[in-house]
Amino acid sequence: MLKIKDLHANIKGKEILKGINLEINAGEVHAIMGPNGSGKSTLAAVLAGREIFEVTHGEILFNGKNLLELSPENRSREGLFLGFQYPIEIPGVSMVNFMKAAVNEQRKYRGLEPIAPSDFLKLMREKKELVEIDSALTNRSVNEGFSGGEKKKNEIFQMAMLEPKLAILDETDSGLDIDALRIVANGVNKLKRPDNASIVITHYQRLLDYIVPDYVHILYNGKIVKSAGKELALELEEKGYDWIKNGE
Amino acid sequence: MSKTTNISIKEELVDLYLSNLDLITDNSTPTLNRGRQSAIENFNLLGLPDAKNERYKYSKIEPLFTQDLEKYFAPKDITFKIDDIFRCDIPEIGTDLALVLNGFYLPKGDKLTKLDNGLIYGSLAEASIKYPEIVSKHYNSIADNVGEGLVALNTAFVQDGVFIYVPKGVEMNRPLQIINLLMSDENLLVQYRNLIILEESSSASVVVCDHSLSSQKFLSNVVTEIVAKPNSKLELVKMQNEHNDSTQLSHVYIHQQKDSKVTTNTISLHGGFIRNNLNVLLDDAGCENSSYGLYLMDRNQHIDNYSFIDHAKPHCTSNELFKGILDEQATGAFNGRILVRRDAQQTQAFQANNNLLLTADAKMNTKPQLEIYADDVKCSHGATVGQLDLEAKFYMQTRGIGEKEAMLLLMIGFAHDVVKKITIEPLRERIDELVNKRLRGELSRCHNCPMHCC
Ligand SMILES: Nc1ncnc2c1ncn2[C@@H]1O[C@H](COP(=O)(O)OP(=O)(O)O)[C@@H](O)[C@H]1O
Ligand SMILES: [Mg+2]
Repeated sequence: MLKIKDLHANIKGKEILKGINLEINAGEVHAIMGPNGSGKSTLAAVLAGREIFEVTHGEILFNGKNLLELSPENRSREGLFLGFQYPIEIPGVSMVNFMKAAVNEQRKYRGLEPIAPSDFLKLMREKKELVEIDSALTNRSVNEGFSGGEKKKNEIFQMAMLEPKLAILDETDSGLDIDALRIVANGVNKLKRPDNASIVITHYQRLLDYIVPDYVHILYNGKIVKSAGKELALELEEKGYDWIKNGE
Repeated sequence: MSKTTNISIKEELVDLYLSNLDLITDNSTPTLNRGRQSAIENFNLLGLPDAKNERYKYSKIEPLFTQDLEKYFAPKDITFKIDDIFRCDIPEIGTDLALVLNGFYLPKGDKLTKLDNGLIYGSLAEASIKYPEIVSKHYNSIADNVGEGLVALNTAFVQDGVFIYVPKGVEMNRPLQIINLLMSDENLLVQYRNLIILEESSSASVVVCDHSLSSQKFLSNVVTEIVAKPNSKLELVKMQNEHNDSTQLSHVYIHQQKDSKVTTNTISLHGGFIRNNLNVLLDDAGCENSSYGLYLMDRNQHIDNYSFIDHAKPHCTSNELFKGILDEQATGAFNGRILVRRDAQQTQAFQANNNLLLTADAKMNTKPQLEIYADDVKCSHGATVGQLDLEAKFYMQTRGIGEKEAMLLLMIGFAHDVVKKITIEPLRERIDELVNKRLRGELSRCHNCPMHCC
């Protein structure tokens, strides 16, 4: 589904990603872990098409397409989803209008008519239940005045609405209490299908008690320095990141 | 150089007045004629606002008057059935409709309409004959003929306009709509006058729409006086939608008496050059004033909103929110003066002006001007000039929303802050729709109107 080959990326002339290789197949859950500042969010942003990062080398194929040539909106329409570490507040734009625009633009890309208003409301209701999001939140402006936990739930809600092929969740667990964490993880697990995949970025093992990854990668200083099965997360939990930083 | 032109424009206008004096007064009424002499004398002293006038720093008025403009002192015969060419979309909200053509009331039947509940609306000239005591008591009572040359000019030349009278205790629950139409086969200067009187404990909402129906140059210099008596309530929504060769100079004077509540919402969708002066006098305790404005400008359009909220008495509240989006080479200015006089203790006055510039060429000058002489007050002001939030745009794009659509949603959201203040729900929805279309570039007119006026 996703093939990243020797990816290098800069911001303001400073190299942040220094040769990433990663392959993800349908049905898999990959966890990316690593200390702060390693480049995890940068990787996620480059995948989503953030322009401030300049890709200087490498290639990304997403379902056979050259991802780097696609606009952010077309990446999304092709089935990529980024759950933001810091979701953006958009005053004045209601959740309902935002989601309606998103759903309809995705449909248009697939040659479908705009969704019927009643179907849209039904879809909203269904997905809200899935992530146990307060109904009142969707009547408000996007993320405006949402608590940290509500913002994260809202990311999962949007993911549920759009049903992406590949979801990248950037520290969706940080700042969540244990209940919210369970809800978020539950949402992710319920949306899991044999034909989709996810990348879960976290720096705690905690989330991985709920979302069981098939692979765990450690990103450090712009490179994936170690990849293994889920047991790697436990090892990290025990030993911390120092052994990685000190080059083992 | 500019001094000489100023004198000549001023003299030209004074000459125009003197040489047409018979025509002007014969076609008018004693009540309206009464103020003319001193007004033209004032105008002769004041002239048009010039470069030295701090209040007009960003809007040059003189050049507007140097264009060749026809002036009429009686309604010009234009034979058409208004329904054939103009069907505004907003009447669907069930309004009573008053039409004004080139500054003259255009009666469908009588020149004055009296509703069952006693509310009277119609031609100001006619009202000054039929209700001379009401009109003469209020007409020209609050407009500033001494400090504002354009107002003095209006008072000297005025022929007609709209009169609205809401008797004591009458609560008008459906909005009254005034449509100002400009249509001519020559360039035109129009100077009309509106008078709105709310008697004690009455309430009303008024929607004013300004349209141009032909492509000639228009210059409107319009004065509106509003008297809100104790415990009365008014909501005034003004939609400005004229073409790019039109100029509107609007002067609104509001006199608020004890416990009155007045809300104005000025939506400038289109127009070549717009100057809105809003003067509010809070003249007794317990008054509440809300002044909102939204302006959406592009190409070479120019918008200048000036407001003056005079807190003359204690325990009053004022709330201002003006927001604007300027695209291409559009220019704008906002000057919000708030005066809290020494006796006006327990005043609450809030003001905000937020602007989005979509290009590097668009320009906005914003200036709050607070003068506070009382000590027990709560005041705040804030002004911003910024660009669209790129983070928010990217966030939307990652959900599949195209870049253009994302920018539109952001602009619509920005504008909605002002539109949502309109309390008449069907009107709010309609204006939301018009704003959306305007921002999408689909609107240069109300969408049911077959005229391509912009
Ligand atoms: N907008 C930015 N401007 C400058 N440097 C940035 C920016 N975003 C990230 N960086 C730098 O890139 C590096 C990686 O950051 P990030 O990808 O956020 O790490 P992580 O998500 O693993 O904590 C850090 O050194 C950070 O300072
Ligand atoms: Mg991060």
